[in-house]
Amino acid sequence: MSDTTIQKMLTVSASPHKRTGDTTRGIMLDVIIAMLPALVLSVILFGPRTLVVTLVSVVFCVLFEFLSRKAMKRENTIGDLSAVVTGMLLAFNLPSTMPIWMVIIGDAVAIIVVKQFFGGIGQNFVNPALVGRIVLMASFPVAISDYPAPFEWKIGAVDAVTTATPLAQFTGIYGAENIKTAINATDLPTLANMFFGVRGGCLGETCAAALLLGFLYLLIRRVISPTIPLVYIGTVAVIMLIAGKGNLMFVGYQLLAGGLLLGAIFMATDYTTSPVSFKGKIIYAVGCGVITSLIRIFGSLPEGVSFSIILMNILVPHIEHLTTPKPFGTVKQKKQKGEAK
Amino acid sequence: MHSEIIKPKKKVRGGVAVSHEKHTKDMPVKRIPAPETVTLPMRQHIGAPCVPTVKVGDTVKVGQVVGDSDQYVSAPIHASVSGKVTAVKEVKLASGLVSQAVTIENDGEYTQFEYEVPKADTKEEFVKAVRASGLVGLGGAGFPTHVKLNIPKEKSVDTLIINAAECEPYITVDYRECIDNSWDVFNGVHLLKDMLGVRRVVIAVEDNKPDAIKILERIAEKEDTDDKIKVMPLKSKYPQGAEKMMVLSATGRKVPPGALPADVGCVVMNVASAAFISRYLKTGKPLVSRSLTVDGSAVVQPQNLRVPIGTEIDYIFKACGGFKAEPEKIVSGGPMMGMAIVDTHHPILKSNNALLAFTADDQSLKKETDCIHCGRCAKACPLFLMPTLIHRHAVARDVKKLERAGATVCMECGSCAYSCPAGKPLVQYMRHAKAVLREESQKK
Repeated sequence: MSDTTIQKMLTVSASPHKRTGDTTRGIMLDVIIAMLPALVLSVILFGPRTLVVTLVSVVFCVLFEFLSRKAMKRENTIGDLSAVVTGMLLAFNLPSTMPIWMVIIGDAVAIIVVKQFFGGIGQNFVNPALVGRIVLMASFPVAISDYPAPFEWKIGAVDAVTTATPLAQFTGIYGAENIKTAINATDLPTLANMFFGVRGGCLGETCAAALLLGFLYLLIRRVISPTIPLVYIGTVAVIMLIAGKGNLMFVGYQLLAGGLLLGAIFMATDYTTSPVSFKGKIIYAVGCGVITSLIRIFGSLPEGVSFSIILMNILVPHIEHLTTPKPFGTVKQKKQKGEAK
Repeated sequence: MHSEIIKPKKKVRGGVAVSHEKHTKDMPVKRIPAPETVTLPMRQHIGAPCVPTVKVGDTVKVGQVVGDSDQYVSAPIHASVSGKVTAVKEVKLASGLVSQAVTIENDGEYTQFEYEVPKADTKEEFVKAVRASGLVGLGGAGFPTHVKLNIPKEKSVDTLIINAAECEPYITVDYRECIDNSWDVFNGVHLLKDMLGVRRVVIAVEDNKPDAIKILERIAEKEDTDDKIKVMPLKSKYPQGAEKMMVLSATGRKVPPGALPADVGCVVMNVASAAFISRYLKTGKPLVSRSLTVDGSAVVQPQNLRVPIGTEIDYIFKACGGFKAEPEKIVSGGPMMGMAIVDTHHPILKSNNALLAFTADDQSLKKETDCIHCGRCAKACPLFLMPTLIHRHAVARDVKKLERAGATVCMECGSCAYSCPAGKPLVQYMRHAKAVLREESQKK
């Protein structure tokens, strides 16, 4: 007869006995891959310093993660690559000219304060990279808004095309006439240039084409659902259409300018700080869109993406509470009781 | 000509695309020689365990009752070989439960009990006959079938659902039942249709079994003068075959938490159970053997076998050529809802539909890491639950929130744990949540 002796103890575990191959690390790796096109384009536009800022940010995020886990005597988690993602995202939200020591401060805030103080991956209540950016923005307002012009690193500041950012131009203007004047201003990049990122801005946010490529990759890999980015961008589009009195150029500039695409695709979709249910995602994304638009139209700041996402992050537990789906069949039960009587 | 194919009324939400692994689908069920002894536990079904009706030294024939219960939710147990009763004692089952069991030494004669063809002209006689057959749900849950068929007067059932979905990976015995015993399936479907007086019969099958769909289509059109019988192909996705999902697909109705399909006018029956009923009513031979799929990366010859109930698991693996490599995990049942067993010296029960042995590199064990709130568990849950939320409430022992979150609604299908990138044992968490609710309600 055949051999069926078993010498070892068998493994006993709760069902199921088959599991997906997806891991946290794999998901983070996908996000990193999705950010690469934007990084490559950024190096072309803003020069090798882009790479320096990004690498420093990644290295220090991972280092801070490692050290804080060690200090807290908790398991080392740098292998899940989430610190790499945070490091890249923070760098993407800074201009390529940002002094390195400031970048490191941002990394420390993001990883140590926002992420690890609250328990590490999955526990932070706001997006670490965004808080890192906001702290830097409050501390070094000049350095963070000193956008180099595209190709300035190659051809020098004098010959560079333009440094005007549309959002700064649009701040505080209402009326259809004013908008037209602003759009027709000669130093404004064309919409095509905006789409391919040939404009001043934070290093990772300018190239819409590369960001959309990353978005497509994330969708194909099913890392994120399209709900949040589409609803977020859609909300901004609708509000800007109204605010711009139907001027489509204005809407185009609003969608491509600032960090809207970067924020909607890579920041607002952060698992930990966004709702799970479909309804919750809609509420959250509409909220992000409304706040972004309000800041852009009425605020003194040119840009509102970071603040809008952070504000909606804080509301996520309440949104989740309101939108938790009812267990299967529970609504019907009440009806049936009524029928029986 | 009218079509025998219908589309599902409603789509099942969530679920997971598990690799089908139906390696044994082209292998007709093979009989193996009966073992030298069989052990028949008295606890083989949901409900009251049976009490042995034989004692040591008795000689029994195949099909003779060796255990029965006077409780309603129970089913008698019959000898699966003929021979001498050598022991009536407590044994440990694969599940870890302890049960009285009757051990019979096989005399190799297979002397059959003098079966009587049961009378089943009225519904009462039919239900009584099904109880006497010892039939329990052959799909894996092991709920006594006669209880399912005996619908109380205040409930009216209009739809019979024959479950041939077989959405668990690896298992192919229901598929083989459709292919090899299609005549029995046909008869069983008609018998049940007439006895239950339903308006409609829906035979549900996943669309990864086109051959079965063809045969079932023929079954549905034959002698179906009032066109009540329909075949419903379902998208192959786990857990289409779960009872609540079957009811939803076939009728669009949702079974409320804690209720039975009969509460929304449905009876769901496994296809092999239906085929067995028709055989039983013809011959009177009770449930003494069953088909099961033996598969997994550690098994030399994966195949479908028909084995006497009470056969030792080890004996069955031997009949399949033993192990290629030492198994790391052995599962009784399907990989999604089956149970990992501690050793192979346990008897096969009526409800066992598969035995799977996995090698170390194929056991899908994952290191547990922190939850990243990705929401894949909630997305995968066909019952709209949020497993991580329920887990949090369970840790906090918050009864109110647990009830509202629907902890008891969970059917433990495993879709959440399957899809978790952090490797969380979410089914275990759900069981813990249910245990918390039980404990807290006992405190009151």
